[in-house]
Amino acid sequence: MTVPPLTRRAVYEQKQRRRAMVIATVSTTIALVAVVVLIPLTPGWEKVKKSFFDADIFVESFPGLLDAFLLDLKILFVSTPLILIVALLIALARGARRPAMFPLKAFAVIYTDVLRGIPVILLVFLIGFGVPALGLSRELSNPVIWGTVTLVLSYSAYVSEVMRAGIDSVHESQRAAARSLGMTGHQTMSAVVLPQAFRRIVPPLMNSFVSLQKDVALVSLIGPVEILRQAGIDKAKTANFTPYVAAAVIFLALTIPFTRLADWALARQRRRTGATTIA
Amino acid sequence: MTSESPTAAVLKIQMRGVYKAFDATTVLDGINLDVATGNVIALIGASGSGKSTLLRCVNLLEPVDDGEIFFDGVDIAEPGLDPDPIRRRIGMVFQSFNLFPHMSVTDNVAIGPRKVLGVSKSQARSDGLEMLTRLGLGERADAYPDQLSGGQQQRVAIARSLAMNPEVMLLDEITSALDPELVGEVLDVIRGLKEAGMTMLFATHEMAFAREISDTVCFLHKGRILEEGPPDQIFGDPREPRTKAFLQRVTDAGRL
Repeated sequence: MTVPPLTRRAVYEQKQRRRAMVIATVSTTIALVAVVVLIPLTPGWEKVKKSFFDADIFVESFPGLLDAFLLDLKILFVSTPLILIVALLIALARGARRPAMFPLKAFAVIYTDVLRGIPVILLVFLIGFGVPALGLSRELSNPVIWGTVTLVLSYSAYVSEVMRAGIDSVHESQRAAARSLGMTGHQTMSAVVLPQAFRRIVPPLMNSFVSLQKDVALVSLIGPVEILRQAGIDKAKTANFTPYVAAAVIFLALTIPFTRLADWALARQRRRTGATTIA
Repeated sequence: MTSESPTAAVLKIQMRGVYKAFDATTVLDGINLDVATGNVIALIGASGSGKSTLLRCVNLLEPVDDGEIFFDGVDIAEPGLDPDPIRRRIGMVFQSFNLFPHMSVTDNVAIGPRKVLGVSKSQARSDGLEMLTRLGLGERADAYPDQLSGGQQQRVAIARSLAMNPEVMLLDEITSALDPELVGEVLDVIRGLKEAGMTMLFATHEMAFAREISDTVCFLHKGRILEEGPPDQIFGDPREPRTKAFLQRVTDAGRL
């Protein structure tokens, strides 16, 4: 067998790769051994194992938690598009240049300032208990609705700032090129500026989405039996914390794939448009 | 005005006392310029002399502060005028191409006719492909701008402009961002446009090209057209001392 001739760089990189692999393997092994060997040596381990990692309780509570998680998903998938729409409108209102739009612009500034300034958990209480207290009809007093509204208000304020940054990041020369073709301001925004802005803000948007997936659990504070509350119920019933661990596992099963999906989509985008990356 | 100043009837663009300032800095200080249909006018001058701003004012990308710009006899410098109908009749090519990086080359060329002229997507794309093929880019139709060389990108930008079937082309130092060996392919396209009778107004540092292709050369200095005349006169026998000094500097830099 003939050995293909290697360039100096190829030889160097091969050596580097081997070295990196060895270091990674050794350090991972050490870390794993430390976790597996040292943690069980702690005085409270037996108790923790029993109250957090009870296999029977895990299996028993899992289906109920999964069921309750459907409500989280429902809230998530209703609020996500609403957040994107409201955030886009707020971002566009904030960037408005025409004087007639000033009231809208002012509203957008106040909206983002106020809603970003209040902790989500406080907003959940204020809206979740406050609005139904107005004595609305039964259907309108549903805490799921007001929990969802709260998430939309809070997250759209954050996301609109991300979108505004994305819109501002598209260079003025792109607008000049579009306008020089005779495109209107609206056409320029929708066909040239926004598509580029959205590509740039996919990572921060995904970040917000993952964050939202978790914050949906805050809705449980005003009543609805979603996964966190269900886990609390199971915990009380079994006098064991394992249902919380099970709930965490379910959350991870959702958030990790979405994060990977975002990375993959971004990498594909980069490949397709041919932008190069510098090491 | 030059001796062969054309009559108003065939004038495509007529600038009268155009004044433009950015804050306290005067950029255009009373520009008078006549562009006849089919004429090719080169704007030369040092950086900051107002060449780019002049072009951007004609396209209404910069609002004019004072003076008049007649386009087919209509004053387009009128404050508050809707610029969109004017811009669709005037093509512009930029120094840094300004292609839309999120669209394929064909879509870059098709977007104007689609959005502005209401041409159907398939029609605009097939027209775009034809235009690209004409400029020797048919094989790169599906590529994205970042995958092309600078010269190719600038030719796509020209195709994007031509797809709107403009009556006038404004070219803003379109070879300044290119490697020397890529300049030729872009200039070839401009030669073709001149042969086809396109009215063009271009700012350039390529003096040899300006001399070759233009009917009139304007030397700008501090926002004024200091000297204007046929290329052979401007380059061969400049009258203004500042024109002489500028051309001397350019020659010393090996650009002529």
